[in-house]
Amino acid sequence: MAGLVPAILFTRGKKMRGSRPRMMKLSMTSSLRSKLVTALLLAPAGLFFVFLLLVPLAVVLLFSFGERAPAGGYVPAFTLQNYMDLPARGKAFFNTLTLAPLGTLLTALFAFPMAYFLAVRTSPKWRIALLILVMAPFWTSQLLRYYAWMIILGNKGLPSWLAMVGLTDVRIINTPWAVLIGAVYGYLPLMVPPIYVSLEKLDKRLLEASADLGATPTRTFLQVTLPLALPGVATGSMLVFILLMGDYILPQFLGGGKVFFIGNALVDLFLQSRNWPFGAAVSVALVAIMFVTIYFYMRFVLSKSDTRRAALV
Amino acid sequence: MTKHPDHISAEKFLAELRRFQKGSVTRRHFLGVTGLGLATAVLSTAMPGLRPRKAYAGLSGTLNVTTWPNYFSQENYDDFTKKTGVPINVNVFGSNEEMLAKLQAGSTGWDVLVPTNYTISTYKGLDLIEPLDLKLFPSYDPAQQDPRFLGPGTIDGVTYAVPKDWGTTGFIVNTKSTTENPVSWKDFFAATQGPLSGKVTVHDYQLTTIGSAAKSLGYSFNTVDPKELAEVEKLLIATKPHLFGITSDYQPAMRNGDAAMAMCWTNDAAQLHRDLPEMSYRLGKDGGEIWVDHYAVIKGAPNRDAAYAFLDFILTPEINAKEIEAHGTPTPDARVIKLLPKDILENPILYPAADQLSVLEYGAAETLTNPARAELMARFKSA
Repeated sequence: MAGLVPAILFTRGKKMRGSRPRMMKLSMTSSLRSKLVTALLLAPAGLFFVFLLLVPLAVVLLFSFGERAPAGGYVPAFTLQNYMDLPARGKAFFNTLTLAPLGTLLTALFAFPMAYFLAVRTSPKWRIALLILVMAPFWTSQLLRYYAWMIILGNKGLPSWLAMVGLTDVRIINTPWAVLIGAVYGYLPLMVPPIYVSLEKLDKRLLEASADLGATPTRTFLQVTLPLALPGVATGSMLVFILLMGDYILPQFLGGGKVFFIGNALVDLFLQSRNWPFGAAVSVALVAIMFVTIYFYMRFVLSKSDTRRAALV
Repeated sequence: MTKHPDHISAEKFLAELRRFQKGSVTRRHFLGVTGLGLATAVLSTAMPGLRPRKAYAGLSGTLNVTTWPNYFSQENYDDFTKKTGVPINVNVFGSNEEMLAKLQAGSTGWDVLVPTNYTISTYKGLDLIEPLDLKLFPSYDPAQQDPRFLGPGTIDGVTYAVPKDWGTTGFIVNTKSTTENPVSWKDFFAATQGPLSGKVTVHDYQLTTIGSAAKSLGYSFNTVDPKELAEVEKLLIATKPHLFGITSDYQPAMRNGDAAMAMCWTNDAAQLHRDLPEMSYRLGKDGGEIWVDHYAVIKGAPNRDAAYAFLDFILTPEINAKEIEAHGTPTPDARVIKLLPKDILENPILYPAADQLSVLEYGAAETLTNPARAELMARFKSA
């Protein structure tokens, strides 16, 4: 923001001085200046992108071809060994690639009715207050909330209540189920707002038209509401999926070291065994998988929602 | 007056200073021959503020101390600040490897570090800590330390770190939730695969988890022999389905009854037992780990003077005793032990019988940095 205001003032000042003769030169300088302004406005984000994303990525890529120093760390080399060793973390990739999409799907299933209720059924008077309540869990530390879940899912919590109704010996904590429950709980506040926004924009007349033309409420929901809310679902899912893929606190706390994610493998590689080159190779593999997944997912979702919208309008 | 000349030339002063720095003359000789001792004595009577402070005058800035969680007395640290005017900034870490990784990355701004025995030679090898100038913290007395704990901090006769506290790695059993009575690592793993299945945790730390499993098979805690490690791996992988968790944060699970037995360090054992008397801490009859944490000074410490003043302060027996009472981890300093209350000294968790300690081993530097052990641990965790 700080960079934006002076830039705008700058253009204004120039334009006013420009209201003099010699029109040709004026239009040329003004187009040059607008280019300069664009460049200036883009510079902060651009520099950020290059130095804090592309350069570190290049370093990670470089490290992934190196070798581990005797006491840990990195020594320059050129070897593909680190990539050949990737199957040694197969279980971590498997866990992450199954539990992250499943967690995202479950979160979306929980979030959609909530967002629908907020956007369509709630009176505008209450909407803001309820939306703030959705975000309320973020007011305390994530670690603290997962510690609370460790107790809720531990044997004096939920399993002891289940035992009262005859379901004995249920183990939840330190299983994939605990990680999924934690994922839904932890990421719901990120999933609700994007879906809410797309549902709020929904033109209610389209629903009336659908009903008038004889569609049942179910059919209206499936063929009108859902496709129109799809961009929101897609955005929310991407947010949650990306964060879940890289998560390590959640599996560490609610998986108790028994549900091992790529994030946990990375923490161990960089902080315990300090095998930086192998850690770099695992990171590169993770980035590649995320890139491909997100690319195809977004393409699929965008093509779907675009055609539907075109057909409707 | 005949003994000391009235004045000393600049050249002579510098020569004497050199001799003193090189250690060829005593501090007493240096202060006497230069007249500095007399000057200081006179000054200190004239300026009362200087008197109790010893080396604490002229300090400034902030002191950065890097240590473990719940491992110091806040009251002591506040007193240090009151005495010297130097505030202490405490950095807390979870593992030696994290500390090492941070130090290797460079420019931490740390002054004092609390490394465990098996990391000191690595730090020295990487030139990350300085040889300690014992003259700068006279409150430390090597003759008063339990000699068994002096080895790891001294490399080739040079002291790189001085002992802070020591402890053991054993296991804790909730005697209310099981009648099993394991007394060795062999028992520990047998009970885990048998009657205590699903109710046991091991550390998320290769040194202790692999080391203790190796002990249960009769091998060295520090084994890096491929054949022995292969057997350890077989044991650990077979145990994994029976574990409640792999975590170094096992107090919550022990406290709320999810786990009935856990691989455990002295300080956690003392805290668990203090709150729940049914928690019984055992050292493996077949061996296990003994460890000792140290104070070291980072090479190129930004506030080196304050670092030494801090060592001198904190190792003063009366102050160190308050330190032990606050965090409850045993000290190797005989002068401090004399000052400790009975309930600490007679607590078998903190001060086990000597014959139990004799089978324990120090972790080795090689054990911590060994890539084969690290990979074994990773395979165990992701199995």
